[in-house]
Amino acid sequence: MSFPVLFGVLALLTIFGYFLGRSRALATAGGHVRNLHSLPNYYGYYIGLWCAVPGFLLLLAWMGFETSILDGMLVASLPADKQNLPAAELSLLINDVKNLSHGDVTSREVVDVALQDAADFYAHIKSMSKMLLTGILVVLACGGILLARQRIAPELRARNSVEKAAMVIMIICSTIAVLTTLGIILSLLFESLRFFEKVHPLDFVFGLEWSPQTAIRKDQVGATGLFGAIPLLAGTMLISLIAMCVAAPVGLMAAIYMSEYAPSKVRGTVKPMLEILAGIPTVVYGFFAALTVAPFFRDWGLDFGLTISSESALAAGMVMGIMIIPFVSSLSDDVMSAVPQSLREGSYGLGATKSETIRQVILPAALPGIVGSLLLAVSRAIGETMIVVMAAGLAANLTANPFEAVTTVTVQIVTLLVGDQEFDSAKTLAAFALGLILFCVTLVLNIIALTIVNKYREQYD
Amino acid sequence: MTDAATTMNGNTGGGLTTRNSGEAVRKSLKRRYAAEKRFQMYGILAIFFAICMLGLLFTTIIGKAVPAFTQTMINLEVTLYPQDIDPDGTRDPQVLSRANYRTIIRQAFFDLFPDVTSRRDKRQLFEMISPGAVFEIRDQVLKNPDLIGERVTIQMPLSDDIDQLNKGQIDRNLPEAERRVKDKQIAWFERLENRGLVETVFNTTFFTAGDSREPELAGIRGAAMGSLFTMLVTLLVSFPLAVSAAIYLEEFAPVNKWTQTIEVNINNLAAVPSIVFGLLGLAVFINFFGMPRSAPVVGGLVLALMTLPTIIIAARSALKSVPPSIREAAYGLGASPLQVITHHVLPLAMPGILTGTIIGMAQALGETAPLLMIGMVAFIVDIPQGPLDPSTVLPVQIYIWADSPERAFVERTSAAICVLLAFLVFMNVSAVFLRKRFERKW
Repeated sequence: MSFPVLFGVLALLTIFGYFLGRSRALATAGGHVRNLHSLPNYYGYYIGLWCAVPGFLLLLAWMGFETSILDGMLVASLPADKQNLPAAELSLLINDVKNLSHGDVTSREVVDVALQDAADFYAHIKSMSKMLLTGILVVLACGGILLARQRIAPELRARNSVEKAAMVIMIICSTIAVLTTLGIILSLLFESLRFFEKVHPLDFVFGLEWSPQTAIRKDQVGATGLFGAIPLLAGTMLISLIAMCVAAPVGLMAAIYMSEYAPSKVRGTVKPMLEILAGIPTVVYGFFAALTVAPFFRDWGLDFGLTISSESALAAGMVMGIMIIPFVSSLSDDVMSAVPQSLREGSYGLGATKSETIRQVILPAALPGIVGSLLLAVSRAIGETMIVVMAAGLAANLTANPFEAVTTVTVQIVTLLVGDQEFDSAKTLAAFALGLILFCVTLVLNIIALTIVNKYREQYD
Repeated sequence: MTDAATTMNGNTGGGLTTRNSGEAVRKSLKRRYAAEKRFQMYGILAIFFAICMLGLLFTTIIGKAVPAFTQTMINLEVTLYPQDIDPDGTRDPQVLSRANYRTIIRQAFFDLFPDVTSRRDKRQLFEMISPGAVFEIRDQVLKNPDLIGERVTIQMPLSDDIDQLNKGQIDRNLPEAERRVKDKQIAWFERLENRGLVETVFNTTFFTAGDSREPELAGIRGAAMGSLFTMLVTLLVSFPLAVSAAIYLEEFAPVNKWTQTIEVNINNLAAVPSIVFGLLGLAVFINFFGMPRSAPVVGGLVLALMTLPTIIIAARSALKSVPPSIREAAYGLGASPLQVITHHVLPLAMPGILTGTIIGMAQALGETAPLLMIGMVAFIVDIPQGPLDPSTVLPVQIYIWADSPERAFVERTSAAICVLLAFLVFMNVSAVFLRKRFERKW
């Protein structure tokens, strides 16, 4: 049985346990609810939990470790000369065995007897594993139900137990966020460390050339595999800078107009419209940039005698800027609206016009929040992927010319990891090192931004 | 303000009369009001620019998408000779589905053009019909085996280039070498048109088929199903996790270092670039736990982790907005803390939580980058039947098509974007509706 079916079975057993617990509790109490310690439902939940929790944990554990254990068994069953193959060939062999056991085609021309045997063995242990799982699951779930059913008595403090269990479950759920962060940090760090065994960290961070194609053959020309991240970082900065040149003025002016000038009706329609910009999937912006904006800039450049690459940083940055307008405008708008009215009135009282008040009173007062919103927008721009993947280039040029094609950290992560790849090459590991840089930079930006916003927000409250 | 002050000071220093200084103020006022007007203008321009860009985006994409919803078909009269399809007369579906329908179409199509004789011309002529035409006949025959031996008219798609020609996307005035359709093919197509065999119909293939290398056979059904399964997994994982986390953090968590750590973590996770979640999925789910690549389960898990902070934050603010008096009244009637939450606070906060969930799911639906990392970018023809089958999702399908060189894929990409945007609009509108309908002012 497949995992979805098993989950279904577990759910059915749990529901059965619930009704069993309810009726059992009522029966022990002689049909009178007042004789019970808790409401009958809680006895139902009690059995349900005893049934669901162990079974659920079992299923999760099985899902997590089945593949690696089965692979280990498969490798152990192979002849010794196959076992000592290099890791890449061994994984290819395992893949072939698996495909063969599903009846799919393999990468080999001839399927020899040994391979067919291995495939049969794999199919066998796989079905055994599923049968074993089904058996253990049913035993565990039914055992839980029976065990809990025996404990049901009018004096059983079912509500307290159930609530305690619910509390534990909620605490576990709330730590998922921490676990996710931990998972991100650990997986990035771990893979990056493996990368730094092959490439020196200083060469990576300060290297000026990026060409990640490692040579397949020793004597191959021009494929040395250089991992210098500077051109990528420079490209990312260039595109983010262009994006901010669009988003900062437009977003700020829009925020000023909406918070200070616009009548509430206009504000009520314009604000959601701007927020649509943030809700459009980035792949749509990427398509728009590649299909409409980039050719437009190229043709426009031809008219003026400029050579603008069709994958110019300008097009990608400009479209990205449009995307992050609402990130700037929304937060800045909130910050400016939070500046107390008394400051405005004081300024008007001194004879200042509205724009003078905004420039000399409100903007300085709201500055921390505005800086925070700009930093958040920058971090958004740095981490943005699809627009640059579709509209910026792959060539790692170290240039400040917005008309040329540059590449970014995110583009390189995608190109390094999309498609079939073996996991141990410096090429794929480099993607994790880039991911680590990306994560650290955006994290620092976010922390700074949030601290600024939080520290100065309450100034007037 | 300061400008005005300095001008006035300068004037009094020169020993001028009040009338003159009033003159100076009036002058500077003019300037200041002009500045005021300009400033306001900048704001309007900024908003105008943003909205124009939004409009431009939508009009380009919708404009490009419209042609994708029609497909040029040919009503071809074919004779289904029994010896070609079912020589033994067994009517066995296996035999019927393996029959060589290609020759039947070739024969019928070449009969329309008796003057085309050379091999090269014949090849060019046959290129005008989509390779998918075979499936049209096969499906008809499988559905109704009695057709064998009859002469029937079957509607089948023309190739993407001819389709583009019919829709006017190919400029007939260009030199022959610069367009994908040859002069002869144009002439043949015009002959077909004059005989009334060509028909433009609504493109149902686009909504019922999986991906294909041939634009006229490519559809979004596979990607849409992949999206559905992915979203299902995301919802099933993230909603319960997020709601329990939010309840704990908002209602029960003691104020201490650990709780603060969790809160800071959630806020930071909300701002981590989505591609980093893809790296996490690749390293943890695929390489460590050995889950299948390209499967909606893994995609759903990654997106669930990504949307978790969004839903937690929304759920917490929804829980916070339920007034304490409700809680106190429930406590007063003897409810336990968990009963207070599950019986009273949670139902009242539910519309807010659901709104946040829908917004989070809409984000997840449009997300592409993390799914590229976990291999959901493969070329998959089959429509996935479950969350463990290899599949792709709508945004990734858009990305794949956007990379394809065929012109006809541009319009299909735009059409797929329209479908995606329609889903997003629907989700967001229902979120707004939920908020408006069930929002309570306490």
